[in-house]
Amino acid sequence: MAESGIYVYGVSRDLPGEAMERVGGVAGAPVRVIEQGGLTAVVSPVSLAEFGEEALRHNLEDLGWLESTARAHHAVVDAAAASAATVPLGLATVYRSEDRVRKALRERSEEFTRALGRITGRTEWGVKAYADLRGATPGGTAAEEGPAARPGTSYLQRRRAEQHTEEEARREVLAIAERIDTELRDLAATGRLHRPQDPQLSGERGWMILNAAYLVDDARADDFRAAVARLAGLRPEIRLQLTGPWAPYSFATEEEAWTGS
Amino acid sequence: MDRVVSERSAPRTAVPARGQRVALVDLLDRLLAGGVVITGDITISIAEVDLVRISLRALIASIRPEMNRVLDDEDAGQPPREPIQGTVSREDM
Repeated sequence: MAESGIYVYGVSRDLPGEAMERVGGVAGAPVRVIEQGGLTAVVSPVSLAEFGEEALRHNLEDLGWLESTARAHHAVVDAAAASAATVPLGLATVYRSEDRVRKALRERSEEFTRALGRITGRTEWGVKAYADLRGATPGGTAAEEGPAARPGTSYLQRRRAEQHTEEEARREVLAIAERIDTELRDLAATGRLHRPQDPQLSGERGWMILNAAYLVDDARADDFRAAVARLAGLRPEIRLQLTGPWAPYSFATEEEAWTGS
Repeated sequence: MDRVVSERSAPRTAVPARGQRVALVDLLDRLLAGGVVITGDITISIAEVDLVRISLRALIASIRPEMNRVLDDEDAGQPPREPIQGTVSREDM
């Protein structure tokens, strides 16, 4: 029989014992908790035949495996975060024994406590913005085709459209992306930028001009969502997507350690 | 073109509840760049984020042939219509 290890999903504080009872972990394993010094590690057993070094090297390149592992990891972290302040750990953090997990909790206690302090009472929200510049290029505006348009207006609009080069349009939407980010950061405790997603992989046709995460006080969640809705109406060529609530994945580490962008 | 208009006028107050299926690409943004990185006993554990990114670069490079093969099997040679969702690709990864 293959050696086993312990997969650690995240570290919580004051996690109710029953919160994880019906949650399945990676590879369908039952989830349990390990308590140590006021911190709770959320874990499940894994086979090192699947999660050992050699196996991971291979498995991480398998999209099907990566997806099911990522989704299982997320389901556990999400369930824990819905019940208690939870700092997610990186994907596939595996220890050889419960003692080794306890040792890690002891040694990193200060860091986890700091991280828990940062995220308690707050939730991560994702905001993505896409620009579709096709409508902003010359000849693409609907207004100049309107039969009711007055000749003078029509001429001016056409001239404006002609002068509106794609480069200008790009600069303009980037400035708007910056404005969106600035306004949302004002409402959030903090924000971080992820890398733009590859359209081939996201399935989105628009140009991604913002891929951000914001850590928002729960008391301001409604204000934040209202601001996203308002900013979504800024310009017809810019689309916003709100995702979340997320466990605070993007805010588990200190700002200096952030590698997202 | 219509897409922008229709999506823009769609109601935006609906907020997905926890537990709803999330887009893999959004999840991988967070799982690969986020989370506390602690060194597990398995040395590939994501303390070596770079190593994982290298793996992902290989993954991304393999997606298209893989996708074509899968769809060919299912679709008898039809060109792929839907991109497979994956993670962020960046030249300097």
